[in-house]
Amino acid sequence: MSLSLDQIRHIAQLARIAVGGEDAEPVRERLNRVLELIDQLQAVDTASIEPMSHALDIVQPLRADAVTESEQRERFQAVAPAMAGGLYLVPKVIE
Amino acid sequence: MLDSGLSELQAALAAKKISSVELTRLFLERIGRLDGRLNAFITVDEGVSLAQARAADEARARGEGGPLAGIPVAHKDIYCTRALRTTCGSRMLENYTSPYDAHVIEQFERAGAVLLGKTNMDEFAMGSSNETSHFGPVRNPWNSGLVPGGSSGGSAVAVAARMAPVATGTDTGGSIRQPAALTGVCGLKPTYGLVSRYGMVAFASSLDQGGPMAKSAADLALLMNVMVGHDARDSTSLPRPKEDYARALELPLAGLRIGLPKEYFGKGVEPGVRQCVRAAIDWYERRGARTVPVELPHAALAVPVYYVLAPAEASSNLSRFDGVRYGHRAAQYEDLNDMYCRTRAEGFGAEVQRRILVGTYVLSHGYYDAYYLKAQKVRRLIARDFAAAFRLCDLIMGPTSPGTAFPLGAKTDDPVQMYLNDIFTIPAPLAGLPGLSIPCGFDARGLPVGLQIMGDHFAEARMLGAAHQYQRDTDWHRRAPKETPL
Repeated sequence: MSLSLDQIRHIAQLARIAVGGEDAEPVRERLNRVLELIDQLQAVDTASIEPMSHALDIVQPLRADAVTESEQRERFQAVAPAMAGGLYLVPKVIE
Repeated sequence: MLDSGLSELQAALAAKKISSVELTRLFLERIGRLDGRLNAFITVDEGVSLAQARAADEARARGEGGPLAGIPVAHKDIYCTRALRTTCGSRMLENYTSPYDAHVIEQFERAGAVLLGKTNMDEFAMGSSNETSHFGPVRNPWNSGLVPGGSSGGSAVAVAARMAPVATGTDTGGSIRQPAALTGVCGLKPTYGLVSRYGMVAFASSLDQGGPMAKSAADLALLMNVMVGHDARDSTSLPRPKEDYARALELPLAGLRIGLPKEYFGKGVEPGVRQCVRAAIDWYERRGARTVPVELPHAALAVPVYYVLAPAEASSNLSRFDGVRYGHRAAQYEDLNDMYCRTRAEGFGAEVQRRILVGTYVLSHGYYDAYYLKAQKVRRLIARDFAAAFRLCDLIMGPTSPGTAFPLGAKTDDPVQMYLNDIFTIPAPLAGLPGLSIPCGFDARGLPVGLQIMGDHFAEARMLGAAHQYQRDTDWHRRAPKETPL
């Protein structure tokens, strides 16, 4: 199937990527080529085939419910783009 | 020294013929001389490397030091390091220095290795030519007008041009094996779960796996001994007893059953590639191995399966880059949503954006069953093909890539043409299987060809043994590129 410009804008909004006015058409054209490639899958008969979600058939390991990490807030926050008083700064979301 | 393998370097260091500082300087000087043109490294810091080399020399003087004591190693810039920034080839992480080291980095540190630098790569490991890097393309030392393959192209070129003795890479759909093939070096993608991904920037988590790149299979075995190990911080890391990956290097080839899938010898393969691969298989037959025809009927669907699953997983993994906690943030925005959208439009390059958009689409409401679930089902068919094949043979051989290195810019306009480069490398990771690429000759233009050796889960030692026997009798892996003479 082929995507319209409106669909591209909708997907871009879901992905939180700004796709500007004139950029949208080349993005659409290339995405449609990729979709054409993956549409080949539709022809395969997969009735009664169990989906494979992991590369190996293993079970999720469990670990002890114990504290293993120490508090390193300053070290981790040192790489943030905007900080104040130990808090991450973002544009106002609640009026 | 520049051309030496790991055991020669270990011996030279042990015999005090050279110190780690001198050895590290040698490689740093070569990087300084060649890398302006090849662009294989994103970050090199002589101060950091030489300090680690000095520490290695001091440890050796005290009678300490691990298996790689004092040996410089280049790491793909996808592994987090505290000592050097970790960019993942992206503007998003251009100025990011990790507060912790990746498990793989810790393992090399424990082994005594010296951090030589961080190598260039396709942005977030998404690419097959190293042209999607924010830091510019890497050039192939066999012909600098050609690409080195990707995404671990910087690591491949660092080893090929003898700017590093060995390097690390990561492979999701071929990112270790394809650049190894296109630059004439060896690269191994291990069985899924052997190498911890803690601190390895995530792309597609059901496929990503770290692995070594080197000039020989014997060196890959030594690197596997360092890299593999259980790590509770990666929930996909397998708790298995420690193995010695060098244990089967001298195993004879007599009786080895080599599976040849006809799907890997079809019309899409360049004649030069087919000839070299065929000649390598003939060599194995002369050494007592037996070839058996096998079928991988769903292999042709591996590329479309991969381009549903990998983008889907990438769209989820890369949602963490929001401009809030680390990484790039747009300078101007109207509100929080606008900040996310502009930050991600500025921070990610075109290919990464494209994959996030494809992934978002295939996971979106109403399309999940048709694409994502469907791809997971076909993935199982591909895995079953391999399981059936490995009942008939011990190893599968074929070309790593359908062609040799291609010109810069030749495939950048058509994503699908670029994706088809990985047609022979994508099937193995979909089934969680290990894959190895070793040099097996040159095409008519003098460009290296890679032989791919695939094995069943945990067959790495056997694969490396088969490769080592070939390398004892041939010298393709010892040829160094003419453009970067020693």
